[in-house]
Amino acid sequence: MLEDKDRIFKNLYNDLGADLESAKKRGDWSNTKEICSKGQDWIIEEVKKSELRGRGGAGFPTGLKWSFAPKKVGTKPHYLVINADESEPGTCKDRDILRFEPHKLIEGCLIASYAVNAHKCYIYLRGEYYNEGAKLQSAIDEAYKANLIGKNSSGTGWDLDIYIHYGAGAYICGEETALLESIEGNKGQPRLKPPFPALVGLYGCPTIINNVETIAVVPTILRKGSNWFASLGKPKNTGTKIFCISGNVNSPCNVEEEMGIKLKDLIEKHAGGVVGGWDNLQAVIPGGSSMPMLSKEISENITMDFDSLVENKSGLGTAGVIVINKDQDIIKCMARIARFYKHESCGQCTPCREGSGWMWRILERMAKGEASKDEVNMLSDVTKQIEGHTICAFGEGSAWPVQGLLRHFKKEIIERNNFDPLVKDNKNIPYLIDQHILEEDIKNVKG
Amino acid sequence: MSLKKVSKEQPDKFEFSDENLDLAKKVVSNYPTGKKKSAVMALLYLAQKQNNNWIPLAAMKYIAKYLEISYINVYEVATFYSMYNLAPVGKYFIQICTTTPCMIRGAYKLVDVCKKNISEKENELSGNKICSWTEVECLGACISAPMAQINDDYYEDLNTKQFESIVKDILKDKKPKAGSYRGRVSSEPEKNRQTLLETKNA
Repeated sequence: MLEDKDRIFKNLYNDLGADLESAKKRGDWSNTKEICSKGQDWIIEEVKKSELRGRGGAGFPTGLKWSFAPKKVGTKPHYLVINADESEPGTCKDRDILRFEPHKLIEGCLIASYAVNAHKCYIYLRGEYYNEGAKLQSAIDEAYKANLIGKNSSGTGWDLDIYIHYGAGAYICGEETALLESIEGNKGQPRLKPPFPALVGLYGCPTIINNVETIAVVPTILRKGSNWFASLGKPKNTGTKIFCISGNVNSPCNVEEEMGIKLKDLIEKHAGGVVGGWDNLQAVIPGGSSMPMLSKEISENITMDFDSLVENKSGLGTAGVIVINKDQDIIKCMARIARFYKHESCGQCTPCREGSGWMWRILERMAKGEASKDEVNMLSDVTKQIEGHTICAFGEGSAWPVQGLLRHFKKEIIERNNFDPLVKDNKNIPYLIDQHILEEDIKNVKG
Repeated sequence: MSLKKVSKEQPDKFEFSDENLDLAKKVVSNYPTGKKKSAVMALLYLAQKQNNNWIPLAAMKYIAKYLEISYINVYEVATFYSMYNLAPVGKYFIQICTTTPCMIRGAYKLVDVCKKNISEKENELSGNKICSWTEVECLGACISAPMAQINDDYYEDLNTKQFESIVKDILKDKKPKAGSYRGRVSSEPEKNRQTLLETKNA
């Protein structure tokens, strides 16, 4: 288990207070000027060396992303955008950072803005987090007042303004280019990439987009050194991560742990175990709803990091662990997730817009046992038609959980769904114009 | 993409109050010059707040004029995002999260409470026109499931009984206490916390 001294978010449970004074006691803002005085290249190099990977789901190396921004500001200004549109089912880590550790985020914004030459930073906050937004805004106001941000922020000579932009309940705006569209005042529909936002982003200007957690850990990494961060976790999967454990566990919670912690430890030690005991476990969704589920057998020994989950045909995603025990109907659970994706599809690409609804309808029928046997393969086919055929990763996000279900619970689905669509009795149904063909088919089969 | 119904009964006129005009000016100043359009989402929120929790078409036209963009630009944003209500929802708007993490902890029992006490169908006003309810997708408080959002506040760790009393209070136009109904103040595990114990005891 990670030692308390190595935890970054000391106030994750709000024991110490979220205001500026308490944050300063924890070490926030203590030597921001000194850090920035070491130069942009040093900051980017340190973040690269720490092997920090983005905490928003895709796990892209953060230092590398920052290095894509043009080194010198040309005719267009640079922007930093923070993705706080946390809406992946099973994930609620950013909410706690916004509520209890806002100054880590704001300080991270300053350092990141300095590193990528941005004077303006927008925090895209999901609209439902109204109270969290108010807390963040009061923290921003405190920081302005103490001259930590604004003109000559913290004495670094760097000007930075931070604004909050509220979303309005669209999951797709967590996709970085949809988020930019949304800030520009449009519908949140993702853009084609390339060009990547690092070169052509917000208002056509170079823009770096990072998740809340990614930015919030940067000041601590620079303070304690990249070696310290890289020494935690596993190679290429370094550092600490906030895990959210929800679903059928005895005490659902958020906890900051080392990357590469065993999933079983996470559930048993921190979340009080599965309701009804470990043997009552049916499946675990390891990284928010868009990651394929893991069976009980795999959950037994798997470690929670990007690479080992990919090896098991899943992914770390946002590290929102949803535990499903045997009291739940697994098909129904996934049908509900499919409904989520059907509801949230932005409607831009046909495979996703139509396919997500198609998957939902098939799964709803499967949960009731009204689907035919053929539809199991058809469902698998539909997921393959969506995956990789859309502008953004939403297509994968909606198809993978269904593929996960088919991978681990195909037997259950087939057992439940025996409906045969062929009309085998000789009924004279006037509107069934293909009856004679069916009858011939049956005759041939019998013959 | 969610299906949204625009109310058939529409007021003829809409104008921002003086207070909201000031706020609108401030919001527009957050964005670079010439990028006024970015403020459309914030202005729709202001309109929604001013107009008893929903946005009439007149408000969209007003905002379009205010930001010097076309009406359809505002309309498409208002219909795309699910948090803009285009029909009256009452003074109290109850949104119950029913996505899987909440569902497996009993969110549909909360839905039943609403069906019984408020209205049979979602998005339908209660008898006294004070509130309505709807199912929504993940509200990002999965560790406090099941939960509901009423206007701006989260009501977490609910059980059927507690939620029933919340709904009954609302029907009497009384605002219930927000937050966790098991007394949680953060997302720490309720039993057997293992981490940051020093700070807890400090």
